[in-house]
Amino acid sequence: MEKEVAIVGIGWEGFQPTTSHYSYKEMIYQAAQRAYHDANVDPRKDIQSFVSVAEDFIEGTSIFDEYTPDQLGAALKPMHTITGDGLHGIITAYLMIRSGLCQIAAVEAHSKASNVRTLPQITHYALDPILNRPLEYHPEFIAGLEMNRFLHESQLTSEECALIVQKNRRNALNNPSAPYGCDFHLDEIQQSEPISYPLLESHSSQTADGAIVIVLAHHSIAKSLPKEPIWVIGVGWCNDAYALEYREWGHLPYVTQAAMMAYRQAQIRNPASIIDFAEVDDLYAYRELMSLSALNLIPKTQLGEAIYGGKIYPEGDMPVNLSGGSLGMGNLLDANGCARLIEAVLQLRGEAGKRQLPSPHIGLVQSWRGIPTTSTAVLILANS
Amino acid sequence: MSAKNPYANVVSLSEEDFSAARVLFRHDKLIANYAWDSGIAIGYFLAGLKAGQILGSYCAKCRKTVVPPRIVCEWCFRPMQRFVKLSDSGTVNTFSICYVTWDVRRISEPEIPAVIEIDGASEGNGILHKLGEIDPQEVHIGMRVQAVWKPPEERCGSITDILYFRKV
Repeated sequence: MEKEVAIVGIGWEGFQPTTSHYSYKEMIYQAAQRAYHDANVDPRKDIQSFVSVAEDFIEGTSIFDEYTPDQLGAALKPMHTITGDGLHGIITAYLMIRSGLCQIAAVEAHSKASNVRTLPQITHYALDPILNRPLEYHPEFIAGLEMNRFLHESQLTSEECALIVQKNRRNALNNPSAPYGCDFHLDEIQQSEPISYPLLESHSSQTADGAIVIVLAHHSIAKSLPKEPIWVIGVGWCNDAYALEYREWGHLPYVTQAAMMAYRQAQIRNPASIIDFAEVDDLYAYRELMSLSALNLIPKTQLGEAIYGGKIYPEGDMPVNLSGGSLGMGNLLDANGCARLIEAVLQLRGEAGKRQLPSPHIGLVQSWRGIPTTSTAVLILANS
Repeated sequence: MSAKNPYANVVSLSEEDFSAARVLFRHDKLIANYAWDSGIAIGYFLAGLKAGQILGSYCAKCRKTVVPPRIVCEWCFRPMQRFVKLSDSGTVNTFSICYVTWDVRRISEPEIPAVIEIDGASEGNGILHKLGEIDPQEVHIGMRVQAVWKPPEERCGSITDILYFRKV
């Protein structure tokens, strides 16, 4: 097992449905201060490279990388912004450290979703402009198509998806940073309005604002910092064909590819037996189930059993989204992966408070960039 | 190597080719609306403009006053906790004379964007604004200028509460 690069500091601001008291820059600054304090590093002296993730279309500002250095302490230092999920940013920093370009790097991801007044239209612009956009569907029809095919192939029903909503939003009640904690009854979930059959409004995560900063370091430095290093032992990423016409709607081959890449590096042959917990994409409840299957953590034919038998609940063998996931913490746009990562780090450090697992050693984190993308990333993390 | 012009038989497209649908294309337009939270520092700055004041912030470590204000010093990464009232006069750091508007219309009376170092701020710190009431030929780097404000009842907490800066 490789122990070359570790996460040595985490900080976040949020998460809330709206954050009118802070500009996005001030929100990022709060997260950065906490991460640097957590890692006991000075960004002006110690951190050699910075990465942020942002999508210009969502920010409403072209060439958004111009707006990221100052609030991170990165002015006149090596810095770049990538259009990807936060986990892509983490992997970028990981590769820079592994290649010897730097020894300490910081990664930033944020969401100011409340400032985007036309988010469905922005999402619509991710569709093919000639073949798909003229049909003028609300973009969540893609989730409806995917959920329908997945339920058909897996023989699961809307009720199993509702149980995922119930689990994650209950988990969020134990997470002080999660704004959407709720102790729902199943019928309350199933009585919500339909969005795009079979997808219900309650099966979708709601947007939230927040900022996250993560500090990574080479092993030669990580061991001298105050917090227990959380080792990145496997990374993987993958995209499928963008075309809606060519996809395999009932499963997620790109998630499987990314996971296999990460498992190979971490020398994991049987992930279900060695991984203690998982924080995975649940932007829509059915996606958690699809992801668990694609990650080879639970076979598709055993997903129902994993729900009704309690396997993916906090007391089960494979707790999933103890943080509350995106259903409980909110859809943080390109910060979703880093939100899942924070929970994994807290669990592996033993700092997860009321939702702390007894002695976890290895955790998996997976993210997805949301509809209509097939963009995913996977991290495998381990403590000492 | 052949000297034959590869573009010899190329015919340019005309507007009519598009209007008569002889060329297949799809037109789309952007619906992208945003409402950015101004936050603490820029919120103070905009409230100051509404009150007819230019506010900066002071870094006790770097001993610098910057404008527009911010809550963190980008050079030492320490919090900037003091907002300070500055003068509404300053010096032209740099300027340009624009004969094309932002939406690409040619104009005969040019616009004059300028970075103005505000009196009371540290050297090199200023705001981007406009120069007015001046012959473009007279504008020069180092020129002393003063803000011309909108009437108080018309100010709304915007950078445009200052109409422009004029020569002192």
